[in-house]
Amino acid sequence: MHTSKRFLGFALPWIVGIAGLVLPIQIGTRAQAHGRGQARAAAPSYRAPRTADGKPDLNGIWQAVNEANWDIQPHAAGFGRVVALGAADATPPGLGIVDGGEIPYLPAALAKKRENFEKRLSLDPEIKCYLPGVPRAMYQGRPYQIIQSTNVIMMVFEFAGAVRTINMDKPTEAPADSWMGWSSGRWEGETLVVDSTGFNDQSWFDRAGNFHSDALHVVERFTATSADHLNYEVTIEDKNVFSRPWKLGMPLYRRKERNAQVMEFKCVEFAEELMYGHLRKQSAK
Amino acid sequence: MTIAIVVVVAMILPAAAQAPSSNAKAPAAKRWTMPRTPDGQPDLQGYWTNSSYVPMERANGVTKEFYTPEEAAAAAQRARDQDAEQATPGTTADVHYDHTQFGLDRSQSDLIQDLRTSLIYDPPTGRLPPITAEAQKRQADRAAARAMLGGTNDAVQNMSFSSRCLFMGGAGPPLLSATNYNTNYRIVQNARYVMILTEMIHDVRIIPLDGRPHLPKGVQQWFGDSRGRWEGDTLVVETTNFSEKNPFRGLASPSMRLTERFTRVSDEMIKYTFTVEDETAWAQPWSAAVPLKQTQGPLFEHACHEGNYSVANILAGARLDEQRAAEEAARKGRK
Repeated sequence: MHTSKRFLGFALPWIVGIAGLVLPIQIGTRAQAHGRGQARAAAPSYRAPRTADGKPDLNGIWQAVNEANWDIQPHAAGFGRVVALGAADATPPGLGIVDGGEIPYLPAALAKKRENFEKRLSLDPEIKCYLPGVPRAMYQGRPYQIIQSTNVIMMVFEFAGAVRTINMDKPTEAPADSWMGWSSGRWEGETLVVDSTGFNDQSWFDRAGNFHSDALHVVERFTATSADHLNYEVTIEDKNVFSRPWKLGMPLYRRKERNAQVMEFKCVEFAEELMYGHLRKQSAK
Repeated sequence: MTIAIVVVVAMILPAAAQAPSSNAKAPAAKRWTMPRTPDGQPDLQGYWTNSSYVPMERANGVTKEFYTPEEAAAAAQRARDQDAEQATPGTTADVHYDHTQFGLDRSQSDLIQDLRTSLIYDPPTGRLPPITAEAQKRQADRAAARAMLGGTNDAVQNMSFSSRCLFMGGAGPPLLSATNYNTNYRIVQNARYVMILTEMIHDVRIIPLDGRPHLPKGVQQWFGDSRGRWEGDTLVVETTNFSEKNPFRGLASPSMRLTERFTRVSDEMIKYTFTVEDETAWAQPWSAAVPLKQTQGPLFEHACHEGNYSVANILAGARLDEQRAAEEAARKGRK
């Protein structure tokens, strides 16, 4: 008895340790089999802290850390858009966030995507400080804050001061098309599921010209996997542009700086000379 | 409708008539309990408007703080007539917008019936205090710099902030019904933050309640930097770090301090007051009361800049005018 206890005391940490090594590998393999194998294994047993009304607490300032805003598909490094900016504007290489890497464009849509890419310097809505749309706002590489209440969850983005309102009451129809869409949310255990429609056809998915129509339907799943990480998985549907639904996903990271806050980025004035400079009075400075 | 208005008036008057620092008490007409969030805070959440005909400053010749209901109705009618004048055919104002259409004039929105003769209640004159010599110089410098830029339609940077979808008066802070329409707000809160979303330009303010310090002094924002705390059942929000770009009374600056107080006084009303302090600009601090009234949602996405065709059209029109004038001058020169 005495011996076996001692044995266990010696062996248990090893058993737990080995299991700890093996299990993540297995989960990792499963995730890879699913698609791209980022750190988005099926949510482990992490249980998020609760809000006063008993829901998983996803409050905080979050940010994606990847190169998806340049191109959501896997891509090598590439030339930038502005010669004067040299290496500072060169496209950083990235593994992409699309499950399987390929986006199932319909033939005409693929042609339009290529045209968008060629004309990205003049067509990308981001350059004009237009609202980023969904899901682009979620991985634009800038911070955003989730403010969780009982009947509504707000997502407030640094870029252009964009706002998403997630209605947690009974779902309602979009009253009009919009850039950031019309979102209804619900809880499935640990996961916040957000279903969004009512988009216009103006926003892009990235700087590479990936796009959608006003038939876009986005279903997002947010699950806390640790105190500082959310697993973010998205299903994209748009019958006018894609031959079938497709998925993307990534981890989202909590901004941990003491006093982190979403600061003001009213970017309209930064885009005005670009947009209206050609209409300046010639003698005017 | 009439009954509702009477009730609202009854609720504002006693609360507003008290000293500004004292906590508002709901009138005893009907027992009312403060709605609270699951974590126990007074619940300020919902859709609110502050659309009103009460002017910022008391009109000349008016000496009292509150009108009688009859006087208030007459004052509102005068303001309504003024709005309607902008729709007089053949006037310049009428070319831009017909204020009687599209909900642009306040008479068509969810108006607050307030007996105040002015939003400003301190100083007791109901008028803004005098500005300092330094502030006068600042305003003069700004006007001179502005004149150097040329005409309003020479370049986009010369046009008004609202035309450019950069900043609408009243979006706050402070919350003011300075625009004629869409003065709608949504408040969402939890234990750690209060968020105020303004419908106009989807401007949004996130107010932390955790006592953290303000942004470093050298960092300024259009909307400043807000910090909140609960004093009893009143949300007190202090805002500093204002940018000089903020057009508030032409005098916003990093030395301006704004204190706002939100107290829910009924299901339909929030008592909202603010105090502006800046010894470099104003001879004394001043305060105003701008009640918030519950209104219907949802707020729409006001993608103002994204749909801003008018800036390009106005500038292009101005260039065309100049081109035609130049051609005309050349033709006359040839003769």
